[in-house]
Amino acid sequence: MSANAMVIPSAQVVDRTWIEILHQWLTTVDHKKLGILYIVYALFFLVVGGVEAVIIRVQLMHSHSTFVSPQVFNRMFTMHGTTMIFFVAMPVLFGFANYLVPLMIGARDMAFPRLNAFSFWLSALGGLLLYFSFVGANGLYGAGNAPDVGWWAYAPLGARAFSPGHSSDYWTLALLVSGFGSIGTGINLIATILCLRCPGMKLGRMPLLAWLNLVMAGMVLITLTPLSAAQIMLLVDRYLGGHFFDTQAGGSAVLWMHFFWIFGHPEVYILIIPCFAFVSEIIPVFSRKPIFGYPVMVAATVCIAFVSMSVWAHHMFTVGMSSYANTFFTITTMAIGVPTGIKIFNWLGTMWGGRIQFKTPMLFCIAFLFQFLIAGLTGIMLACSPFDWQLSLSYFVVAHFHYVIVGGILFALFGAFYYWYPKITGRMLSETLGKWHFWLFLIGFHLTFDTMHIPGLLGMPRRIYTYEPGRGWDALNLIISIGAFIQGIAIVIFVLNLIASYWNGVKAGNDPWDAWTLEWSVSSPPPEYNFASVPTVASRRPLWDLKHPEDPDSRYE
Amino acid sequence: MQRKQNPSKLSTLFVLALFFLFMATAAAATLADPATGLTNIFDPESTPAKSIFDVSVLVLVITGIIFVVVCTLLVYSIVKFRGRAVDSGREPAQVYGSTQIELAWTIIPILIVVVLFLATARTIQAVQDAPKPATALEVTAIGHQFWWEFRYSKLGIVTANELHIPVSDAAHPTPTFLKLFSADTDHSFWIPQLAGKTDLVPNHPNKMWIDPHRTGVYLGQCAQYCGTQHAKMLLRVYVDSEEAFKAWVRAQQQPAVEDESLILGKRVFETTACINCHAISGTVANGRFGPDLTHLMSRRTIASGAAENTEENLRRWIQNPDAIKPGSLMPAMKLDDSDLDALTAYMETLR
Repeated sequence: MSANAMVIPSAQVVDRTWIEILHQWLTTVDHKKLGILYIVYALFFLVVGGVEAVIIRVQLMHSHSTFVSPQVFNRMFTMHGTTMIFFVAMPVLFGFANYLVPLMIGARDMAFPRLNAFSFWLSALGGLLLYFSFVGANGLYGAGNAPDVGWWAYAPLGARAFSPGHSSDYWTLALLVSGFGSIGTGINLIATILCLRCPGMKLGRMPLLAWLNLVMAGMVLITLTPLSAAQIMLLVDRYLGGHFFDTQAGGSAVLWMHFFWIFGHPEVYILIIPCFAFVSEIIPVFSRKPIFGYPVMVAATVCIAFVSMSVWAHHMFTVGMSSYANTFFTITTMAIGVPTGIKIFNWLGTMWGGRIQFKTPMLFCIAFLFQFLIAGLTGIMLACSPFDWQLSLSYFVVAHFHYVIVGGILFALFGAFYYWYPKITGRMLSETLGKWHFWLFLIGFHLTFDTMHIPGLLGMPRRIYTYEPGRGWDALNLIISIGAFIQGIAIVIFVLNLIASYWNGVKAGNDPWDAWTLEWSVSSPPPEYNFASVPTVASRRPLWDLKHPEDPDSRYE
Repeated sequence: MQRKQNPSKLSTLFVLALFFLFMATAAAATLADPATGLTNIFDPESTPAKSIFDVSVLVLVITGIIFVVVCTLLVYSIVKFRGRAVDSGREPAQVYGSTQIELAWTIIPILIVVVLFLATARTIQAVQDAPKPATALEVTAIGHQFWWEFRYSKLGIVTANELHIPVSDAAHPTPTFLKLFSADTDHSFWIPQLAGKTDLVPNHPNKMWIDPHRTGVYLGQCAQYCGTQHAKMLLRVYVDSEEAFKAWVRAQQQPAVEDESLILGKRVFETTACINCHAISGTVANGRFGPDLTHLMSRRTIASGAAENTEENLRRWIQNPDAIKPGSLMPAMKLDDSDLDALTAYMETLR
């Protein structure tokens, strides 16, 4: 690649009025701006969903609490789940994919910039629709009527008989609209990665981040479609007299479960695979070694994607499937542990023999490894369907999936924020605040979610707004709530860090981490079209080749 | 140099501390005091729960070993391969992978999965496909928003929320086979000490079985979110000795007690909305929407376990159910004091 590509000046600062700036952001089709929009949008909903979590935890601090009514509590856990999955995790990961993929494969933008903008605004509309239910779902039933059917909306709870008014409609429309946005982004990512790689970047030379996002985008296409179909069927039931899920007219509640989980389980992998991607970029740089077993990492990811399409009914071990079905979904679910284990071992292999630098992004990745390991092992327990008959629908399962989503996905995301913030803004995030954020969040996380397994073992079901004293659940729930508050404080520190460092952070320069992928070859923030002259690469680590001309990677690949 | 080492030592310590915290919390679950043992899944009292317990021990041991091995590797590499100041500017040996090692950590997990799967498949079959002996008691459980209906069709008994079954021992196995239905939304029948949970799904009949080995009361509750009062859809199983169970059956088979002195209360019951939802055998009340009240006073709780069955609670429940269980489907009756007194007195006779 050309060394000239590295000395492009930052974007010219031109004084604009606020209305011009607003207009620019609202009409942009630039992948970096859209990426930032996605991320900021998701951060906003992270705070909203976090507040809902805190309300839930205050209510559950002790037995027979009357902090909120059962109706409000049910709305809170429904909104918390829906918000965190559809309006935090998905958009923030799409945001990073949008921002990073073109930069890392040496492209100047996504393949379809207008589709990209359209997808973002659809997702944004989805979030607004969901929250508009607080004021708009009135009908006969008064304002403040957010959906309260749980984030799965199991039939027939979503039917008109059990969910009158319009609250469930806002839930349905929000998921439908944002689902179309996600499908658009999936198509865009696939087209970009397959068609816009710079010269020399064969598929086998792509950064793992690009590979894993390619797999994720493929999964989005396959799994968001049944969810959208099910939402349309639910709307037909509610407004056109259909009976797909209306059990009172002979519809099938189990059919909805299949539709939901054939989306719902791969969804977990749609969320975690981009996080694997972050970890696969960060761990090598801070271990000063290339990723261990690149082809195996790619193969394991593709394998996870395939197998994850055949495990959905492990969410339904308790709904009374035949013993054959239970056996089938046990073996597929356990099998997914093998490629996942390979990934963990390969990350360990990357650290092995390295010179590990404990910067904040790396700290989050190490915690990710530890927590994702535990999440995987409790996953094996849940895959064992007889054990699942006890654990499913209890607080154990709540602890398990929060271990995946917070301990895995969110920790990897925080790592990604600390790692790429300098590239996006041109300023470093404060390491001091970063360490505070890390340690506080780690302590809070473990207080909450380690403890949360136990009430499940002691028979506490999920989604209950209150519980009886004398079951041994009180003290445990108090600890869980205290941990949640500590996590809340850590999030405040994180947000303050994001804001303060934007103005006061140390200037980052092009390549603050001495990294090896193409995004670090351009200025921070990157110029409008990324690369003045499109780079040419000869290996998986083009910047390593540049920095070590005496011993380039291209010699070994 | 010192500064560079500190964070790594700290993180090592912390990972170790977390490890112990995790182990300690796991241990705490098994050392719970007797009160908490009421719904502990690791304290099985029935064959299905015991089979699940046995396979779960195997799973816990295997996952525990994996946890210790991988954690040791993680902690070792964090300590051993931490960056030192003397290394600054020099890069470590660039290793790209190793086919042998990667084969090893593919094949070993596959073998572990095979072992786990075979053990699991046996348990699935043993619990789910167990044959029903001729001596088995059959009960139909119907989930309602937010209470349980139990129908012993062969015995002609209908009751609610408190399931009575006989104890089952090896010499005289009398397991109870439950047919599970739902009248409205999804529910789930879960008594942790007796069996894993099975959902009650509309248009999708399910079955499960339990054979408690010890008499006593076993607690549980609805485990599948079913609407506003999912939390107070509690469940009690009374496991009686053979004689006690027979006595209970005889008592339940009697028609409702007729007490002429309380005709006033009965009239209130029969002339208000009560009879739209509730049944009392031998009267005009034959509603099916709410619990059968023929032997209300034989139950220790009302409102599906949300309150003790006392006169005061009964009055409160009739007058304003939301005070006990906000969002329950029972309407507030808003009776005047004399009607309420008469009605409660009548209810108190339904033994």
